[in-house]
Amino acid sequence: MSRAKLLGMQVGVGLAMLLLWHVLTVYPILGAPKQIQFFFSTPLDVLARVVKEFSSTEIWRHLWITSIETVLAFAFGAFGGILFGFVFARGETLAAVFDPYIKAANALPRVVLAPIFALWFGLGIWSKVALGFTLVFFIVFFNVYQGVREVPQVVLANARMLGMNERQLLRHVYWPAALTWVFSSLHTSVGFALVGAVVGEYLGSSAGLGYKIQQAESVFDVTGVFAGMLILAVFVIVIDMLVSAIENRLLVWRPGPATGAQS
Amino acid sequence: MPPPPAASAVSLTDLAIAFGLAGGGRYTAVEAIGLAVRPGEFVAIVGPTGCGKSTLLNAAAGLVRPAAGKVEIFGAALLGLNGRAGYLFQQDALMPWKTALDNVAVALEPKGVAQAKAHEQARGWLARVGLSAFLDRYPHMLSGGQKKRVALAQVLIRDPEILLMDEPFGPLDAQTRQIMGNLLLDLWAADRKAVLFVTHDLEEAIALADRVVVMSAGPAATIIGDFPVSLPRPRDIAEVRLEPAFHHIHKEIWASLKVEVQKAYAAGGVG
Repeated sequence: MSRAKLLGMQVGVGLAMLLLWHVLTVYPILGAPKQIQFFFSTPLDVLARVVKEFSSTEIWRHLWITSIETVLAFAFGAFGGILFGFVFARGETLAAVFDPYIKAANALPRVVLAPIFALWFGLGIWSKVALGFTLVFFIVFFNVYQGVREVPQVVLANARMLGMNERQLLRHVYWPAALTWVFSSLHTSVGFALVGAVVGEYLGSSAGLGYKIQQAESVFDVTGVFAGMLILAVFVIVIDMLVSAIENRLLVWRPGPATGAQS
Repeated sequence: MPPPPAASAVSLTDLAIAFGLAGGGRYTAVEAIGLAVRPGEFVAIVGPTGCGKSTLLNAAAGLVRPAAGKVEIFGAALLGLNGRAGYLFQQDALMPWKTALDNVAVALEPKGVAQAKAHEQARGWLARVGLSAFLDRYPHMLSGGQKKRVALAQVLIRDPEILLMDEPFGPLDAQTRQIMGNLLLDLWAADRKAVLFVTHDLEEAIALADRVVVMSAGPAATIIGDFPVSLPRPRDIAEVRLEPAFHHIHKEIWASLKVEVQKAYAAGGVG
């Protein structure tokens, strides 16, 4: 299927859903429009609200706060995950001893930590960063751990025979191998960083997209909730596109659709 | 310290190598191995599959610790990895995240060569293996033969005194094998390093080597024959096979190898 045709169909599906939403909420099909709109709002109202939001500077501050929290949660989580992933993958005993604790910590639903983090780190950005960190850390940790342990033995033996010491092996073999795995989980982990930030804001804060949505919800302002969700969705897509661009740039060596045309 | 002139490049004495099995117990791969490779000598090891040829090579490389016996490199007992040897693996051993050029240049980093100089030398070596047009290719963009050329350049750029080769051309098709064999002989002729070349292909062994060593079927495989190959050099891999002397040597070695190959098949043809 051609790119233009695919894009056309994608847009078509979106428009069809919006049209359905519009028709069902504006015309008296399921009941009185006034009543229906209280529960479901209308696409045009939501769009108008988004436009209104962006005409003030207020929304940019919220977006900025959420971005900062996401970036910090991702940076700290990735750094910690990479560091511990490396250390544990290279130390068999350490990994074996800590195994049940890591599994237990990872199995814990992170949302329950949000109030504790709010208590520890306050209602500012750091409690949200902490929540995002706990989500990102484990994804990156498990991927790096796996990546380092699954370096092809023959590549490793070859590098050793070329005379590489531990530091050179780390730089030329372990690190690039682990990086592949980090990037394969990048979309997921960036997504989780954002989830941590928004959920944290939702549960207790004074700024950010999660706060905006929570504010609207608390006064049954459905239009406001949907507007917040729409902004959030676009924000996620933009971040995801950025990640894809970085990924394609850094993983040029990998066989696959990104480079397949050249081989 | 220059080695004493009499010392063999590689010397294996009463060597035995065993592996612990998963279910307990031990599997003796090779034993009572005595083999010496002189400096500048090209020695090929042939034997049925699963006879432990590669294990022997790994012992010479220091990748495997022997259960008994001695490994000496230029007269000195081998401790740890063999830093004076280059190893060409059967499988793809290139770093997939580096281009051909970087894969070759990185081999000089442990020697402390500056990056610009390493790249310059790597370009030279890739030209010698005929890959000047493929410097920026990543391994997955190269064919099997091209990858072997990069691997060869990666090993040779370090100028090792000993070359250990583990069925390096095994996965390649027949024509590519011949081309690679001739390339190897050309490069080797320039400075005649000691070579230990493992293969299951007797014709390839005779065409390349000064001496062919035959191993028995495993377990507890050992050396059962040692045949000099007196064919003149330089040789062309494809043409040397047509000479009467080649057939004579082939017949002689095959007589002893055949029995072992049959044994290996009877034992279930262990891979």
